[in-house]
Amino acid sequence: MEQILANGLYLGAQYALIALGLTLIFSLMNVLNFAHGQMYVFGGFVTYTVVAQFGLPFIVGLVASAAVLAVLGGLIEKFLFRPVIRRSKREESTMLLAAGIAFFLDAVILLLFGEKQRGVPKIVNGVFNWDMRIIMPYDRILIGILAITLIVSFILFMQYSRTGRAMRALAQDRMAAQLMGVDVDRYSMIGFALGAMLAGLVGGLLVTITGINLGMGGPTSVKAFLMIMIGGAGVISGAIAGGFILGMMESVGLTLLAAYGDITYLVIFATLMVFLAIRPQGLMGKPWG
Amino acid sequence: MALRLIGIGAFLLGVFVLVPVFIAVTGRWDFYYTLTSVALLSVGAAGVWLTFYIGRINIGQGAYALVGGYVSAILVMKAGFSFWVTLPLAGVACALISVVIGLPILRLRGVYFAMVTLVLTEVARLTALALPVTNGAKGITSIPLPGELSILGLTIIPDFAGLANPKLAFYLMGAALMALTYLVLWRIVNSRLGHLCRSLQQNEELAASIGVNTAMLRVLAYSISSFFGGIAGAMFVAISQSIYPSSFVVTDSVNFMLYCFLGGLGYVFGPMLGTLLLYFGWDLLSVAKQYQLLIYSGSMIALMLVLPNGLLSLFDKKESRQ
Repeated sequence: MEQILANGLYLGAQYALIALGLTLIFSLMNVLNFAHGQMYVFGGFVTYTVVAQFGLPFIVGLVASAAVLAVLGGLIEKFLFRPVIRRSKREESTMLLAAGIAFFLDAVILLLFGEKQRGVPKIVNGVFNWDMRIIMPYDRILIGILAITLIVSFILFMQYSRTGRAMRALAQDRMAAQLMGVDVDRYSMIGFALGAMLAGLVGGLLVTITGINLGMGGPTSVKAFLMIMIGGAGVISGAIAGGFILGMMESVGLTLLAAYGDITYLVIFATLMVFLAIRPQGLMGKPWG
Repeated sequence: MALRLIGIGAFLLGVFVLVPVFIAVTGRWDFYYTLTSVALLSVGAAGVWLTFYIGRINIGQGAYALVGGYVSAILVMKAGFSFWVTLPLAGVACALISVVIGLPILRLRGVYFAMVTLVLTEVARLTALALPVTNGAKGITSIPLPGELSILGLTIIPDFAGLANPKLAFYLMGAALMALTYLVLWRIVNSRLGHLCRSLQQNEELAASIGVNTAMLRVLAYSISSFFGGIAGAMFVAISQSIYPSSFVVTDSVNFMLYCFLGGLGYVFGPMLGTLLLYFGWDLLSVAKQYQLLIYSGSMIALMLVLPNGLLSLFDKKESRQ
């Protein structure tokens, strides 16, 4: 039991971090970022390159991932999303753009890093063993703690910094924020960069444990969508709740349903359908997103 | 009106006469398979377009294509039905399923609906893996080619297995299905139903307030959309003679949506053009080897930047440029 909970918490922390980036981008710009999974993979490969090929310490790789993805995200917002949003008649048109970017990043990753599964050596050795009730490698614990630290600092940043306040205002009401003197363009760009950076950071964290390969982008995006559907799109607390709930469900499901074959996700999806029929906006979302 | 008739005539002539002649002359027989795929995918995309028309983003057409494919395959293999009977049955089965699923999820809007339908594709795949009747990951293979279709002894469609050139037959079949689908779609859009759908797209509350039964209408539109998905899937299975849980995955669902976007959401024939360009373009780009995806996605992004309202917006009357 303790083991299941610990696994769920560890998974949930990673998931919440991915969902946070997606929900931030969605709340600021009403864009469903299909490329989020690809950004995550990209971040993983940057860390891999820095750590495994250049032989630099892990923390440098993590910072490099964050920096590269933040710049990438900022550029994507400024030169792709902004003009399209301004000129298209229906705001759903950004979905084609987002999907195009997802394919494009896939192509770039394929050309730059190849299609092999990559990983970096363990950063800490040893296994934590509490009376055979919880068994967990130290590196997983470290990554879990790092992820939770990042989540907490993200919340603090959004809550207390000037930039964070501006972005929250923007998410609430774009027009009103603009009238209050918030530079909408600038903070949209910062928000997108921040969202992409979070995806890159998770990639950098997880490359030490699960490794990374090209095919992970799409499924990661689907999982991230699941999380923000559970929690409610565009709400920070919702993304965190969604991440932890999905992590727990996966961890519990894999243990309980193992006897019936690989149906954990089928059960999760079915539950979600029923849940959304009762509460369409998710746990904490605003009605109609 | 005369112009429109000429347009339709030219289109039919092009599809049913010029393309086969062109292929016979150049000897690119492989184009038949590509073009058949384009025709069938555009049938599915027509369905997605209809859900766009009521203001919903549908990324779940792959699920219905998969269901339609399995319904047809199982009926042919296990119950010994003729393929031509299973084709409409696959569509009807999908329409029925979509009513059950649609009733709760069509209450959702915007990205919520989009995400649920995306998940639906995954659900369909996982269900196909888990159910015994679908034969799990091994799928259903060596399905016989469509047999003869005759009414009162009169052969309408000959037995595909006995044909000298089944590729051409499949192409004509797919193209006919496509033409029929778009005729139906065009008819729907230019009918009372179409006007009501447009009112949903613009403002659902307002439409409801003047007495439009929005709940019934959106389920109806969604089930028609799924019907198209189902027959497209069934036809695909007949061509490839096999179906696996991975025959239609999330990528396919996303592609269906992209075809609609690229052609333009405001134009009935948008999805057809979008499918042709994206699918055919992808096929032609295979000469670029490892740069295929890069060029493909790059041009998709570029197109979006130049024409954010879809390709057909090029022919719009010069509106006030913003």
